[in-house]
Amino acid sequence: MPKIAFWQGNMGIAMGAIAAGCRFFGGYPITPSTEIAEAMAEELPRLGGKFIQMEDEIAGIAAAIGASIAGVKSMTATSGPGFSLKQENLGLAYMAEIPLVVVDVMRGGPSTGLPTKISQQDVMQARWGSHGDHGTIAYAPSSVQECYEITVEAFNMAERFRQPVLIMNDEVLGHMREKVIVPEDDSLVLVDRKRPTVSPDEFVPYRADEQDDIPPMAGMGDGYRWHVTGLTHNDWGFPTNNAAEIEKKMLRLMRKIDRFRDDIVKYDTESVKDADVLVLSYGSVARTALSAVRMARKKGIKVGHFRPVTLWPFPDKELEAIASRVKTILVPELNCGQMVLEVERVVGKERVVRQNLVNGELFKPAEILSKIEEVA
Amino acid sequence: MPREEVMKWLRARFFPHIWCPGCGHGVIMHALLRSLTALDKKPEETVIASGIGCSSRMPGYINACTVHTTHGRSLGFATGIKLAKPELTVIDVMGDGDCTAIGGNHFIHACRRNIGITAIVMNNNIYGMTGGQASPTTPPGAKATTAPYGAIDPPFDICNLAAGAGATYVARATIAQPAMCEQYIKKGIQHKGFSVIEIVTHCHTQFGRKNKRSSPVDNLNFFKQASVAKAKADQMSPEELVGKIITGEFVNKDIPEYTEQYDKLIAKVRG
Repeated sequence: MPKIAFWQGNMGIAMGAIAAGCRFFGGYPITPSTEIAEAMAEELPRLGGKFIQMEDEIAGIAAAIGASIAGVKSMTATSGPGFSLKQENLGLAYMAEIPLVVVDVMRGGPSTGLPTKISQQDVMQARWGSHGDHGTIAYAPSSVQECYEITVEAFNMAERFRQPVLIMNDEVLGHMREKVIVPEDDSLVLVDRKRPTVSPDEFVPYRADEQDDIPPMAGMGDGYRWHVTGLTHNDWGFPTNNAAEIEKKMLRLMRKIDRFRDDIVKYDTESVKDADVLVLSYGSVARTALSAVRMARKKGIKVGHFRPVTLWPFPDKELEAIASRVKTILVPELNCGQMVLEVERVVGKERVVRQNLVNGELFKPAEILSKIEEVA
Repeated sequence: MPREEVMKWLRARFFPHIWCPGCGHGVIMHALLRSLTALDKKPEETVIASGIGCSSRMPGYINACTVHTTHGRSLGFATGIKLAKPELTVIDVMGDGDCTAIGGNHFIHACRRNIGITAIVMNNNIYGMTGGQASPTTPPGAKATTAPYGAIDPPFDICNLAAGAGATYVARATIAQPAMCEQYIKKGIQHKGFSVIEIVTHCHTQFGRKNKRSSPVDNLNFFKQASVAKAKADQMSPEELVGKIITGEFVNKDIPEYTEQYDKLIAKVRG
């Protein structure tokens, strides 16, 4: 029987991680993400897992990557300044292809900004925050139910694609409590990283399989010897300055995500079939925007809603198919205009209207409704 | 030529190594490999982590489970590996800048936590890989590209730092005493808890040429002449110890190791 729970979004993420098989958490306290660390500190030892509060944000992600290298599904969680601090080691996990889930519960920035107030100011940092090119998988849940389910999926994607996966939660959803239907553990589909099938003597640690561009990964201590490095490396995992080897590695890092983009992309729509106006929003804002869309429908305005669940990869061709039929696309965001840049890339600037709020508050439905009425 | 069982630990495929001819890091790697061989460690159950710098390239040449991470952060990664799989032997090789500058916070907390990792700190008093900049162990008055008129800031004593932060085995040798290096590394690996072995070495290329020790032999002679065993140093005045390198064991104590404590906590929680 599924269980009914009443959880905060942050708790939904922690419990989703546990259900996904996460057995290691390395972290550091920071508002508004701390509840995730606290929940993991309580739950993991009961399951024989390990939680460690490290000396700083940098060490928190380092320990989580280390545990994953040793073969254990791992997570770290943070907010704003902590997300900035984690960017360097996040890059190492991209380069060395280490599965990991990183949660950022977004608060207002820049700098210390607004520790207890909502924003969506980190969504471009999710894509471009760590130096160098890499594919990105980043989710923006908008209900506690989704916090739980997305976290399970994030672990599955991290394991499948051998790279960090980001969950871009926000302060309101992180702290809001609502009902969650918790599925039974055995009903969940869980993915584990592909393990080598060859003997340790034949193991070439970064030789990718042709069918998916992903190299099988051995856990340290499983009988295989291999070298992990943040330096650009060849199939042996050893640093290279050879142009062909460099290009092979870099293009594969991008391609392993691009090729399976359709398996990763997630989005949601409502009332889009006959819509003249399309509202695109994500995270907590999508809840407000959907209320506004439903209110506008009652007033006879032909408006629909598009919600990217994966911010990265952005559901561009799915948006394009719907947007081709609408006159205006309204993009309310709790930043000065970030995901709207993706929308403009897809549909052009002419039909796109921005609605931005950076005062630490969440939009009110009436504010989005009046903007819909203005552009309809 | 190293013994055959030592050669088995090398990834000859990755040679030639990046170190300058005459670099002291080879002496340290050899001492580490002799220690692992003497202790009958299995390469597939031995993790060697590092950060960034000349010294941090060492794991790449060792045919074990090796992890070359980000500058200063290797102890964070090593902590995650050790905690996830306490049965593994985990060694972290670092340089002086890696360990005590950018990685200083991680270093003191690894000491405090007393997790079963052996840190080998190769102290050559300089940033070698980036071309000879001053480090937290550059002696006062010594020249570096970022201290062209001589360093004026007081240096860290790595062993005092480790002892103060709570490391439970702390020792120092120089590369002029390779048998002592091996002895302390072996004891560090066997020790339950966080062990720190500082090995004073040289960078004749970057430090030596600016500080009148430009050949490897000059440096070895300097280490021989400047080394003072701890027992003797204890009888000497601070004035007599200026410019000396005190070798020996500074800490060797038995307090509960972190991953063992963690396993006890799990057992308690699970009843």
